[in-house]
Amino acid sequence: MIHVENLVKTYGEVKAVDGVSFDVKAGEVFAFLGPNGAGKTTTIQMLTTLVRPTSGRMTLDGLDPGARPLDVRRRFGIVFQDPSLDGELTAYENLELHGVLYHVPRKVRVERIEMLMKLFELWDRRDSFVKTFSGGMKRRLEIARGFLHTPKILFLDEPTLGLDPQSRNQLWTHVRSLNESEHVTVFLTTHYMDEAERVAQRIAIIDHGRIVAQGTADELKQQTGTDSLEAAFLALTGSTIRDERADAADQMRQMVKMWRR
Amino acid sequence: MTAIYILWLREVKRYLRSRPQIIASLAQPLLYLLVLGFGLGPVFQQSGQGSYLQFIAPGVIGMGILFTSIFSGIGLLWDRQFGFLKETLVAPVPRIQIMAGRTLGGATIAMIQGMLVLLVCVIAGFRPQLALIPLALLFMMLTAIVFAGLGTAIGSSLKDMQGFQFIMNFLVMPIFFLSGALFPLANLPAVLAAATRLDPLTYGIDGLRGALIGTSQFAPATDVAVLAVVASGFLALGAWSFSKIQI
Repeated sequence: MIHVENLVKTYGEVKAVDGVSFDVKAGEVFAFLGPNGAGKTTTIQMLTTLVRPTSGRMTLDGLDPGARPLDVRRRFGIVFQDPSLDGELTAYENLELHGVLYHVPRKVRVERIEMLMKLFELWDRRDSFVKTFSGGMKRRLEIARGFLHTPKILFLDEPTLGLDPQSRNQLWTHVRSLNESEHVTVFLTTHYMDEAERVAQRIAIIDHGRIVAQGTADELKQQTGTDSLEAAFLALTGSTIRDERADAADQMRQMVKMWRR
Repeated sequence: MTAIYILWLREVKRYLRSRPQIIASLAQPLLYLLVLGFGLGPVFQQSGQGSYLQFIAPGVIGMGILFTSIFSGIGLLWDRQFGFLKETLVAPVPRIQIMAGRTLGGATIAMIQGMLVLLVCVIAGFRPQLALIPLALLFMMLTAIVFAGLGTAIGSSLKDMQGFQFIMNFLVMPIFFLSGALFPLANLPAVLAAATRLDPLTYGIDGLRGALIGTSQFAPATDVAVLAVVASGFLALGAWSFSKIQI
């Protein structure tokens, strides 16, 4: 379903992604793990047509994102690291807007919005403004939105960041059940090793823009001679802390947090 | 087309739901109208130019349209930093349609804002000639499109809020002050006269003034022509900068 070969992205001197290759099979749940700044988000941005690779090849469902961006976009859904809902619209309006942008016919749109909102336990709050939602509710709404246009692939970029264990648990349960019922291929990144181990069939670990290991959780543990995925992860990526440089967007986010009460 | 419509609708909904902001944004034009209108009124009257309140009302309507359309473009910066823009950029819709929906939405709310300012001016004592109201609406629409296009171009290229301050002080305020919103364009010093003629808002307000109170510097056809040309230019610029946005 996803095929990536020698993918490279350089920003000036910095090699964000440095010759990455992997394959994700149809219907699989694939976890992409790595420390901050390892190149996870850049890889997702390239797969989802937001950023053009410097070199290398990739296909989604057999299509090249660079050559046929609109066809590729119809085939995937994505939940970004940062929320991407419109807080001034209601939950229902957010989903409706998405459905219209993805050309989902009205009848199907109405049915699927209701089905997904009920599944993610948001139906009672459909007419509330999204700005009144908690972090967990916003995440659920975004995931429901990602499924709305029946994509073949769902990208989840750290979807459980900042959620309590209850919400995380429930979220993965829903994602797994939709993965099974609608045969959606799931490509996820997370910092929680237990989640990756529980949800994903296969795992790739990326560091400094390169894939350092891939396989099932058990294979990774065997390879490194460790007894948990977390220990395997640390053995593969070292224990140095990676500090990302704050950019203009981070500064603005901090400013907004300051202004909101 | 439905993509353009739904994004246009989003802009309009957001505007109509932010009532406190609508009221707040009416305060500034009203302040100019009342304080300058009554404050400078006697001086203006003595120099034989008639009522200053009548004179600046079209100016403050233009001001309302200018600010609203530029701010709607700045909204792009927020959507970009806080994610919603990404949702539209990964949708299977060409970017030009996304830009068109947002920009037309911005122009529409600027137009509504202009009509609200007109209404407030009338309540404050402004007496326009009614026969040419449709022409006045045409000029309001053209002005709104011109600056919504510029707003999109600015919003697409800004990186942070510091840039916003810069734009306000070095672009938006000069556009307002050089437009002849507050003073007649006749008999100006040569440099100022040249500057006013380079300012697109000049033609919007001149046309509006011609339609509403019957005095203008240029022929209405000239105003329409200049605004139409500038609007196409700014829309093209907006579309180009929007297509260059990198997440």
